[in-house]
Amino acid sequence: MHADPIGVLTGAHFIDGDHACSEGAIAAGCRFVAGYPITPSTEVVERIADRFPFVGGVFIQMEDEIASSIAIQGAVWGGKKAMTVTSGPGFSLMMEHIGFAAMTETPCVFVDVQRAGPSTGLPTMPAQGDMMQARWGSHGDYQIIAIAPNSPQECFDLTIHAFNLSERYRVPVMMMMDECVGHMIERVVIPEAEKIEVHNRKVYEGPKENYLAFEAGRDLVPTMVKAGDGYKIHVTGLTHDEKGYPNMSVATQAKLVQRLMDKIRLNADDIIKYEEENVEGADIVVVTFGITSRTAIPAIEQARAKGLKVGHLRLIVCWPFPEKRIRELAGRVKAIVMPELNMGQMVYEVERCAAGKCNVVSVPHAGGTVHQPKDILAAIEKSIRGK
Amino acid sequence: MPRTEIKIGGFGGQGVILSGYILGRAASIFDHKNATMIQAFGPEARGSATSAQLIISDEPITYPYIVAPNVMVLMSQEAYSKFSPELAPGGMLLTEEDLVATHNLRSDVKHYSIPATRFAEELGKRLVLNIVMLGFATAITNIVGREAARNAVKVSVPKGTEELNFAAFEKGYEYGLKLLKGEPEKVMA
Repeated sequence: MHADPIGVLTGAHFIDGDHACSEGAIAAGCRFVAGYPITPSTEVVERIADRFPFVGGVFIQMEDEIASSIAIQGAVWGGKKAMTVTSGPGFSLMMEHIGFAAMTETPCVFVDVQRAGPSTGLPTMPAQGDMMQARWGSHGDYQIIAIAPNSPQECFDLTIHAFNLSERYRVPVMMMMDECVGHMIERVVIPEAEKIEVHNRKVYEGPKENYLAFEAGRDLVPTMVKAGDGYKIHVTGLTHDEKGYPNMSVATQAKLVQRLMDKIRLNADDIIKYEEENVEGADIVVVTFGITSRTAIPAIEQARAKGLKVGHLRLIVCWPFPEKRIRELAGRVKAIVMPELNMGQMVYEVERCAAGKCNVVSVPHAGGTVHQPKDILAAIEKSIRGK
Repeated sequence: MPRTEIKIGGFGGQGVILSGYILGRAASIFDHKNATMIQAFGPEARGSATSAQLIISDEPITYPYIVAPNVMVLMSQEAYSKFSPELAPGGMLLTEEDLVATHNLRSDVKHYSIPATRFAEELGKRLVLNIVMLGFATAITNIVGREAARNAVKVSVPKGTEELNFAAFEKGYEYGLKLLKGEPEKVMA
């Protein structure tokens, strides 16, 4: 399917990452947004509120983030594509409903424009401190997808991708932006509607009798109907059988949770997305995501100019994590260096996959600004001197 | 064009951010270069010395913040005191002549000034001083072309004010050209 031209502002724009995210959502077909505006994500909902009247969308400024994160799920079961937008403190409040979306397989997008925490922290300054929260913040076992853009152009492109993945796998997808990418203004090229691929949830159109709302086929993703179409559906956060009815049995729990995990794990190769430069033959690989990928490039170039064999792997999809690739690399490089705008989060995944096969060096930063390339360069140089 | 860092400073309400935005839009949309703009976002953007930071380059822009601006356009004394020490060695400083006294200016800095507020007042609207400065900066620095800058002005200012803003741009541009030739126009007091 292609994007509906009504929502697509084809052309070259000079806009910030937040606005590009709004345009990506509209192009993807999002027509319901509920949010409680918070710096540095406010511009996303501001633009949505401006633009939605022209595309037939509904924006509600809610009383808080808890309400926002569940209102969108009501809209999704009413047949819409929906998202909510927030930053750290609001993201914390949404955790319960992220679990609800995972459990009820409600396709929706959570945009988190990260600022430095904990708590209210530094509201107007960047960080990447919510990466583990995105993966593990809600209780119980579940899988989500998280994406980290590094430019306004990617805020547009990857928000579309976030909706597409969400619709395809019926999972909450997190757009893990940060203040720097959100407020940075750059050229954003929006293609023609017919060049934008849009994926919509599989819809069940069979007989109404005996409809099983949570029965999945080989791809492990059930079809959906919308409330009001005459099908009997029951949507609950309780452990449920294929009919959607609560079923408090160990067997039902095992089957449901296993499928929720497997539909992402077994499709991980299709979901995982990263880009690499000069990784073949490298002694050191710098692993980055989001804005940190850009601050690392000058450091990598300087290290290469000094004769070090340094490659770069940038995570575009952070969750699920590219375990296989990091395992492979760890087996043949001397060191992996991971700068991130937090005190060391995604580096735990790198260490887990490297399993002692190479030196893993974290380049932490408490946030408030971005890394100085010289600090990343120093870590690169130390990473092989140390061993 | 190699990576060129530009900082535009003034007090909140002077149109500092808009002039940076227009310059970036001219470069990235109409001159097909790469441009990254970051604006002061905290409380300083609401009254005190504020700034727009712009990087323009033919190459992809990686590190997103400016390190040592090659060009600085300053429209208030506070912005001068706060920002001018950051100028790169041999950098270019453009100031609003009546609002900025350039005391203790480093000798390596190339300095040009324009009475932009007075020009704007002559045009009937003090508000367009930022566009006079933009025209001036376009002529002096040649970072973006005249047509690209005019096109960016056209699509960035409120509808119905295009002619006034073009007049402001041209005033600054012409003054800049004359200054470069060493014959500044006499300003009506």
